[in-house]
Amino acid sequence: MKWFWYASPQTFYPLAAQLARWCGLAAVVLALAGLYIGFFVAPTDAQQGEAYRIIFIHVPAAWMSMFIYVVMAFWAGIGLAFNTRLSGMMASALAPTGALFTFIALWTGALWGRPTWGTYWVWGDARLMSELILLFLYFGFMALHASIEDPRRADRAAALLALVGVVNIPIIYYSVKWWNTLHQGASVSLSAAPKMAATMLSGMLVMALAFWMYSVAAAMLRVRGIIRERGS
Amino acid sequence: MVVWRELLVALRRRSDVATALLFFVIVASLFPLGIGAEPNKLRAIAPGVIWVSALLSSMLSLGRLFAADHADGTLEQMVLGAAPLGVTAAAKAFAHWLVSGLPLVAIAPLVALQYDLDAGLYGVLALSLLLGTPVLSLIGGIGAALTLGVRGGGVLLALLVLPLYVPVLVMGAGSVEMASAGLGGQGQLLILGAMLIVAAAFAPWATAAALRISSE
Repeated sequence: MKWFWYASPQTFYPLAAQLARWCGLAAVVLALAGLYIGFFVAPTDAQQGEAYRIIFIHVPAAWMSMFIYVVMAFWAGIGLAFNTRLSGMMASALAPTGALFTFIALWTGALWGRPTWGTYWVWGDARLMSELILLFLYFGFMALHASIEDPRRADRAAALLALVGVVNIPIIYYSVKWWNTLHQGASVSLSAAPKMAATMLSGMLVMALAFWMYSVAAAMLRVRGIIRERGS
Repeated sequence: MVVWRELLVALRRRSDVATALLFFVIVASLFPLGIGAEPNKLRAIAPGVIWVSALLSSMLSLGRLFAADHADGTLEQMVLGAAPLGVTAAAKAFAHWLVSGLPLVAIAPLVALQYDLDAGLYGVLALSLLLGTPVLSLIGGIGAALTLGVRGGGVLLALLVLPLYVPVLVMGAGSVEMASAGLGGQGQLLILGAMLIVAAAFAPWATAAALRISSE
């Protein structure tokens, strides 16, 4: 297996098209299956009624938002270490999708919080706060990349920022968590979730796979765009 | 040597240093005007207000960290020079802290006085700023190096650096609040110290890498 064969943008370009096509198809099929399980198979929650069903969008989106940042930082690190052109392109292709999922996770979280907690937004929850900061980190990555003219230099600067960010995410999460225990006031907690029915879990996993496939497809389409834009 | 040079430069442009310090005082004085003069409320928000003001003031002066040296080519000499760039970056961050962080530590009790903060808390407040503001200078150095010569650098710098400042803010303001609750702020202060050690060990090298990227 020649791993480095596809490291060149020219050889990767047709592969990206294939990946985008099949992953996009898989995303549609999986999303349909996941939504079917979510809406028709999974039982109504005893405490939250039908409102909980947003979990099938919310939780997979939150998972993907963090996972994509790690993948982005991985490509950023590879790009810095080996100076490969494609790695920087991959990182900047992933960033908008990651920001999108972060935003979806925050938005659906607010919509879910309104009927269950009685408020759209709670300052006390560590996960809310770190998700918001994650969104800022994505925006920072994209803004820095956009403001540097030379694409190769932009790749490297943004890559360094992504690496600094990935080191900081756990620190931010735990600092906000400890801050939360300091402010005893916040009484609502997401972590006290009741034991989950198996169909709920499977619905969530299928949706997560669907989002994953969508991310691959979207990133591949975007990377094709970037390869064309830079004319290599 | 770099520290000495930076201090000399700062001394010859005293107004810059004074501006950052004044900014800190003004921002901290604006909060009561916006929130109201109720003493208990002010006492409760004082640690947070002082820390947010310190954050903004430190960030405001970051732009000057490398800009002048970048403009006149000194930075290029530093990148090409024999001294390890990481050490130079650490020295720059240290000098930045000496002119922008240390004065805040000195003047913070005065602002705390305005907020009628309990006198026993001044020590914790000053200590938390003493441990926390160098972390701000170190992390800020990475951002300042990344945004060198970039259009819209100032606003971009805020976008990059402020999210990374969050843990320092949480721990710094938290230590004072814990102490005011009678629980002692040692835990938060120790974490701030740990952050300082980690930042001092790694941030200068990240800054050096960023300088290499932006000065090629």
